[in-house]
Amino acid sequence: MPPDSDGVPNKTRRDFLKKSSFLTAAAFVPVTVVNAAVNQWDEKLASVFEKTSLHLEVNGLALNLSVEPRTTLLDLLREQLNLTGTKKGCDRGQCGACTVHADGMRINSCLSLAVTNEGKKITTIEGLSKGQELHPMQEAFIKHDGFQCGYCTPGQIMSAVALIKEGHAGSEMEIREYMSGNICRCGAYPNIVNAIQEVKTGGLS
Amino acid sequence: MNQFQYVRPAETSGAIKSIALDTNAHFLAGGTNLIDLMKMGIIAPERLVDINNLPLKTIENIPGHLRIGTLVTNTQVAENQFIKENFPLLSMAINAGASPQLRNMATTGGNLLQRTRCPYFFDTTMPCNKRVPGSGCGALEGYNRMHAIFGASDKCIAVNPSDMNVALTALNALVHVSGPKAARTIPFADFHRLPGDHPELDTTLQKGELITSVDIPTVPFTKNVYYLKVRDRSSYAFALVSAAVALNIENNTIQDVRLAMGGVAHKPWRLIATETFLKGKTVSEETFKQAAQIAMEGAKAYEHNKFKLKLAPNALLQALKTASGLKA
Repeated sequence: MPPDSDGVPNKTRRDFLKKSSFLTAAAFVPVTVVNAAVNQWDEKLASVFEKTSLHLEVNGLALNLSVEPRTTLLDLLREQLNLTGTKKGCDRGQCGACTVHADGMRINSCLSLAVTNEGKKITTIEGLSKGQELHPMQEAFIKHDGFQCGYCTPGQIMSAVALIKEGHAGSEMEIREYMSGNICRCGAYPNIVNAIQEVKTGGLS
Repeated sequence: MNQFQYVRPAETSGAIKSIALDTNAHFLAGGTNLIDLMKMGIIAPERLVDINNLPLKTIENIPGHLRIGTLVTNTQVAENQFIKENFPLLSMAINAGASPQLRNMATTGGNLLQRTRCPYFFDTTMPCNKRVPGSGCGALEGYNRMHAIFGASDKCIAVNPSDMNVALTALNALVHVSGPKAARTIPFADFHRLPGDHPELDTTLQKGELITSVDIPTVPFTKNVYYLKVRDRSSYAFALVSAAVALNIENNTIQDVRLAMGGVAHKPWRLIATETFLKGKTVSEETFKQAAQIAMEGAKAYEHNKFKLKLAPNALLQALKTASGLKA
């Protein structure tokens, strides 16, 4: 629902939709009323009208979208845009598998409502390579065997690319500290650090 | 996650008006805590008032204070050159918390309002007076390893999880708020509360009030500062205990001192009596050991957190030694 200029919403539209659909049903037969309640049609009808428009640039592509306010950026990417490279691990901001860049900054897309990213440029793992040419960080992860099962890898790589830009890849200690938001349960950490150090020192660029 | 109305006002007055319309409305800033709580079913707002478009995003030098807008992210504060040079304790504390991704999202005002990480607060099948007032405290007789040793009540023994708050209380910050009534300023020590009979209230904010900025008096603690955080792994974990130390030392004498601890109470725990003891004293390990004992007066442990009675004074001692240069 678009906010009014002073931020006060059309406060009862949802309630109105729910009540009006319910009342319309009530004007017919009792069975309809029961069905409406059982199937939560009032909820479903209201939700159709409750989608919010959203303008995003995802991996260089400008998109005009319509989303429910409760949709996270992660679910938007995976479920609506079919960009399944970004992974859902804990879905609570604890594992880093969902790391993407919003206006160049790494964030946990699972804790970001899609609507709060209005006007932003989102980059996912799918947006790193240039056609068939992999990003140097992707090359380095392959060369240094920076993964085993691979589930955390898109998040690790998005985090690693941001880390170098942030200027916190000065030492192994610093890399480990500033990569601590990305958990790897296979324990590929030493190789991940090696991959980042190689890109940092200009290898594979 | 339940459905909710979403509004995104452009003016602070609009945001305050919008929140007043609904008893179950919440402000949304970085969302790193709020969205998690909504996913877990701990809160279910009917309306979110997204404040990210409000003009509260600047760090300003005003006479006598540094003013940090409520929407300035934790990363922006920690990486700000002026703050790194003049308030290094704040940078250190922020960087000790969360992960780079979360610090990029989390805001100054939001960090002040972080809810506890007590597992009983998060588990909706368990009693918790903070989540459901009157339901009881699961931690009191349960697994209470992470819990408070100061200022707890028989209603709640949870701790405030923030690192930033520990530095801000040591630095005598001021919290500016706007609301349906007149704007007001809350001294940091009065912003968070002890649980008492109402653990559901973390702070003294009134209904509908919005944090607009945090001021830090420009009293320079630039050289002899340290934030020590002790946790179960070396990064990205909440504190078992933490200690914030800021000293002004001249000719080996402590001219001024600020001390606070985290992970030990329902609010960031300022150590006023210990500060009074240390003022004017000569820097020495023996003095610091005495200070660490004074800091522990009134501490009370529960079944699984007795280790904090040793860990807390040791952490404070180490932080004092490191800040003063006694220990490299």
